[in-house]
Amino acid sequence: MSATIYKDYENTLPKPILDNVKTLCSKYKLSDAKIKKTLEKTKEAYLKAQVEPGESIGIVTAESFGEPSTQMILRVFHFAGASEMNITVGLPRLIEIFDARKEPSTPMMEVYLEKKYATSPSKVKEIAEKIKGNTLEDVASEFLLNIMENKVEIKLSRNKMQELNLNSKDISDIIVNSLKTVSVEQDRDNIILKPESKTNKLSDLYKLKEKSKDIHVSGVKKITQVFPMKINDDEYVIYCSGSNLKEVFEIEGVDSTRTKSNNIFETAAILGIEAARQTIIEETLKVLEEQGLNIDIRHIMLLADTMTRSGGIRGTTRTGITKEKESVLARASFETPIRHLVNASLIGEKDPLSSVVENVMLNQAIPLGTGLPGLMAKMKEKKK
Amino acid sequence: MIPVYISEKYVGEIESPTEFVRKVKSERRKGNLPTELNIFYDKEFGEIKIELSKGRVQRPLIVVENGKVLLTKNTIEKLGKELSWNDLVKQGVIEYLDASEEENAFIALNENDVTEKHTHLEISPLTILGICTSLIPYSNFGSSSRLIRGSKIQKQSLGLYSSNFLLRMDTDVSILHYPQVPIVRSFTSDIYPNKSFPAGQNIVIALMSYEGYNMQDAIIINKGSIQRGLFRSTFFRPYNTEELRYAGGLKDEVAIPDKEVKGYRSEKEYKYLEEDGIIFPEAKVDENDVLIGKISPPRFLGELEEFSIAANVRRESSTSVKQGESGVIDFVVISENEAGNRLVQLRMREQRMPELGDKFASRHGQKGVIGMVVPEENIPYSTNGIKPDIIFSPHSIPGRMTVSHIIEILGGKVGALSGKTIDGTTFDSTPEEELRKELLELGFREDGTEVMYNGMTGERFKTRIFIGNMYYLKLKYMVKNKLQTRASGKVQLLTRQPVEGKARGGGLRLGEMEKDCLVGHGASLLLKERFDSDKAIIYVCESCGMLGMYDYFKNKKKCSKCGSNVEITPIELSYAFKLLVDELKSLGINSKLNLEEKY
Repeated sequence: MSATIYKDYENTLPKPILDNVKTLCSKYKLSDAKIKKTLEKTKEAYLKAQVEPGESIGIVTAESFGEPSTQMILRVFHFAGASEMNITVGLPRLIEIFDARKEPSTPMMEVYLEKKYATSPSKVKEIAEKIKGNTLEDVASEFLLNIMENKVEIKLSRNKMQELNLNSKDISDIIVNSLKTVSVEQDRDNIILKPESKTNKLSDLYKLKEKSKDIHVSGVKKITQVFPMKINDDEYVIYCSGSNLKEVFEIEGVDSTRTKSNNIFETAAILGIEAARQTIIEETLKVLEEQGLNIDIRHIMLLADTMTRSGGIRGTTRTGITKEKESVLARASFETPIRHLVNASLIGEKDPLSSVVENVMLNQAIPLGTGLPGLMAKMKEKKK
Repeated sequence: MIPVYISEKYVGEIESPTEFVRKVKSERRKGNLPTELNIFYDKEFGEIKIELSKGRVQRPLIVVENGKVLLTKNTIEKLGKELSWNDLVKQGVIEYLDASEEENAFIALNENDVTEKHTHLEISPLTILGICTSLIPYSNFGSSSRLIRGSKIQKQSLGLYSSNFLLRMDTDVSILHYPQVPIVRSFTSDIYPNKSFPAGQNIVIALMSYEGYNMQDAIIINKGSIQRGLFRSTFFRPYNTEELRYAGGLKDEVAIPDKEVKGYRSEKEYKYLEEDGIIFPEAKVDENDVLIGKISPPRFLGELEEFSIAANVRRESSTSVKQGESGVIDFVVISENEAGNRLVQLRMREQRMPELGDKFASRHGQKGVIGMVVPEENIPYSTNGIKPDIIFSPHSIPGRMTVSHIIEILGGKVGALSGKTIDGTTFDSTPEEELRKELLELGFREDGTEVMYNGMTGERFKTRIFIGNMYYLKLKYMVKNKLQTRASGKVQLLTRQPVEGKARGGGLRLGEMEKDCLVGHGASLLLKERFDSDKAIIYVCESCGMLGMYDYFKNKKKCSKCGSNVEITPIELSYAFKLLVDELKSLGINSKLNLEEKY
C-alpha cells in the first residue's frame, strides 16, 4: 500500500531524500495518510529550496567569495613558519585554486593505505620509506669541484646508503643512466664525474654539480617529506609534501580509492575530471574552514562545475573561463579589451547580447530577475 | 694615533683620545668653545669627529659630573630671578648635544637614577614627546597608537588659530566661539601659548548608552548646550576675482552686468551689488547670490562677428556663493596683484552650530560624530540635576585602552568642583588616588559614578553612571562642508555622463560593485534606470547596420551610406555605447547593429 504512495513522488523528489523519508516514516510507523502529508510537506520544502529562474547565481557566488576574502588579506601571513610542514593557506592558496595554476606552490598528498597495512605502525613506516623520494644529495656527504682536473668528486655516506638499502655500485649505475656525456668512475664510496666535452668551462662544471645533486636515487620522485599520522583510533595515513599519484599507486598497500593530492591538474590526469572537481571543492573548503569563513558549498560547487565543465580545468582568468564567454563585449570589458575587439573583428563575431555586462553597457534591461520575463499579450481575435 | 676631523675635514692626529675629548668638552662648558660644537669619539672606527656644521638637531641636557647633577635646588630657585636659561648654558650646567655626541653620552631619565657612570640628566622625561603629544593629559596611562591619533586630532581642532584672523584671507578656516583653557592640563600647555590660543571647551560627559544613537563612536549631544553656545564656530570662506587683461587691449570689468551681457542671470541674483559691482559688507547672502559682478570680453575675437546679430557680445563672469553655502559678507578688499591687475577679495562668514554629523574628539584619540541631538528635557540627569553635554559610548574604551580618557574625566570632575586646574603632565601628574580622595571629600563617590535618572521617563537607571568633566575639541570636519545632492546637472561633453566632484555639482558614482549588487538582487529595471543618465535616441540604418541620422530640416530620416529609401529605426541606447561604436570605427573596426523586435 505505502509503496504506491512513494512511487508518486519518485519524479519530483531525489532518491536520497525519498529514502530518508521512507526510513523515518517506517521508524515512527505512520499511517498512509500521514505519510502522504509528510511527503507533500517534503515536496514543498524541496521546491522552495530550489533556485528560482532568473536568480543571478554567478554574481551571488562572486559576492559570497569576494566579501570574506577582503578580510582574509589581512590574515594571510600569520601562519608563516608555524609548523614543520609549510603549507600555502589563505588567500594565496585560494588564488592558486581559482586561477588553476599548473603546479601548487606546496604540493601535498594524503596517502591512505589498505586495511591490513593501515593499522600496523611498522608496515606503515615501511611504506612511508618506500614513498619518500631520495636524491643524490640525500645520500652524499660531500660534493667537491676539482677545477684543476675539471671534475666533480662526490663522497657518499655509508650510513645513509644503508638506511636506503643501497650500495655505491647501485648509485653509480643510477648516475650513469641519468647523466649523459659524462664519464662516471666509482672508487669505493667516491664517485668522480668528468664531463666528456673538451670545453673546460667552470660554469659547466658547476652546473653538472648542481644537476647531479637532483639525481633521483630511490623512492617516489618529487616527494620530499613523509609524515605518517594517526587519523582515527588505529588507522594511519601518510601525509606527503610533494605529489606524485601515479607512482604512489604502484606501491603495494596504497589504497588508490582514497588517496588524494592537492594538485588539481595531476588529479585530473590520473583520476579524471570528476575527481579534479571534487579536489577543487575540498581544497577551497579547507582554506575557508581554516580562516573561519562560512560560504555555502553550493557556491563552491558552481565554481568547480564552471571550471571543469569543458573536460579540462580552466581558471577564472582571461585565458580561462572568461575566454569561454559568448559575448565579445563581455570579454572586452574584462582585461585586454583591445585584443578581444580586434580578434573579434577579424572573424566577424556576432554578439547576441544575451548576458549581463553587455546589456549594462548598452543600457538595456539585463536578462535576469525582473528583466527576464517578456510580456506576451493575448489579442482578441477579430470577429469576421 | 687617532685621527681628528672637524666638520668632516681631516685636521690631524692625537695620542690620547679620551683625554682630548674630555678637554674639549670642559672648554665648551667653560664657554671658550661655541655651544654648537659637538665632539664624538667613535671607538669602533677609532676616530674623533668634531661637528660645527649647519643643520644638526641639538637638544639640551643637564650635565652630570662624577655622579653629581650640576643643576642644584639652589640654582633652580634663582631661576627666573637672577638667573636665566642662557646663564645656565654659559655656566655649563646645561649643554646641547647632537645625535653623534649622544652616542658617547649616558643619560639618566630621572634624578634618582643618576650614578657615577652617567654623563647627563634628562631635563624632564616629558621631552621624549612632541608638543602635540605632551599636551595630552595622563598620556602615560594611554596606549601609544591612541596618543598618535590624539596628537593628530589636536591639529584638526577649531580654536583661535591666529590672533589677527580678522585681517586674514585664509581658505577653509573657522574660529571657535568662547574657547576655553582645559581644566586638566599638562606642563606643556602652560609654557606653550596654548593658554592664549585654546582649541576646545570643557564639557560634562557621561559614559553611557542612549537609545543606541551613540554606538560605534557616535556621540549624543545636548540640544540645550548647543543653544547656550556650546561649540559654536564661525566659518570663513574667501572669494576673489581679478580683472584680467586679454590680447587686443581688452579687459575684464567689475560692474553690475547689464541685460545685453551673454549669460545674464537675473536681477534678483544681482540685488546685493552696489554701483561698483561689488557686494557691501554685512550683506546676508545665500547660495548662488552674486558677490562680485564681472563682465568679460568675448572669448574668441572676430569669430562670431560675421554671423552673430549682436556682434561682440560680452560675457558674464561674476563670482557667486558656492552651492549649499550661505553667510554674511565680512570683509571686502580692493587691491592690485603682482601683475598690476585690479583684484577684489572678500570674505564670507557663517555661524555654525553643532549639528548631526559634525566631528568631535577628546584629546585621547577618541573621535566621533554627532549621532543625535537630544532635547535637553530628555537628557539623563544626576541627583544634583547635572545634565551631560555629551553622552559617550563606554564601548569605545576597553578595546582601545585609553585609560587616560577616563582619568581625565575624573580629574576634570575634581577640577570643576573645586575650582582649580589639575596637572595631568605625562609621567608627573596628580595621582589618581589623590583625585579619588579629593572627590570623596567634595561629597561625591570616589569612582566618579553617580545615580542618574532617565530624562524621558524619570526612572532611575539601575546602574550608576560615570560622569565628569573633560576637554573636548570640535574638529574642522563639518557636514555642511561635505553635504551634496544632485538630481540632474552638468554632464561631460565627450561621454554625456555626469561630471565628478562636489565643487562642480557632480553626481555620485554607482560603481562596478554597486552595480553587481543590483544584478545580484535581479533588480534589472532599477539598474537600467540608474544607468540611463546618458541615454540617447540613436537612428540605426537597418540595411547597413550603421548609424543613421534624423534630418530635422527636411524632416526625414536618412543613412549617409544608403540614402533615405531604407528602413531607419530610432532606438534607445546609452550614449557611451554609441561613443564606443564611433571609436571602434576610428580604429577601422566596423560594428553593425542588427535590430530585432524585443518582444
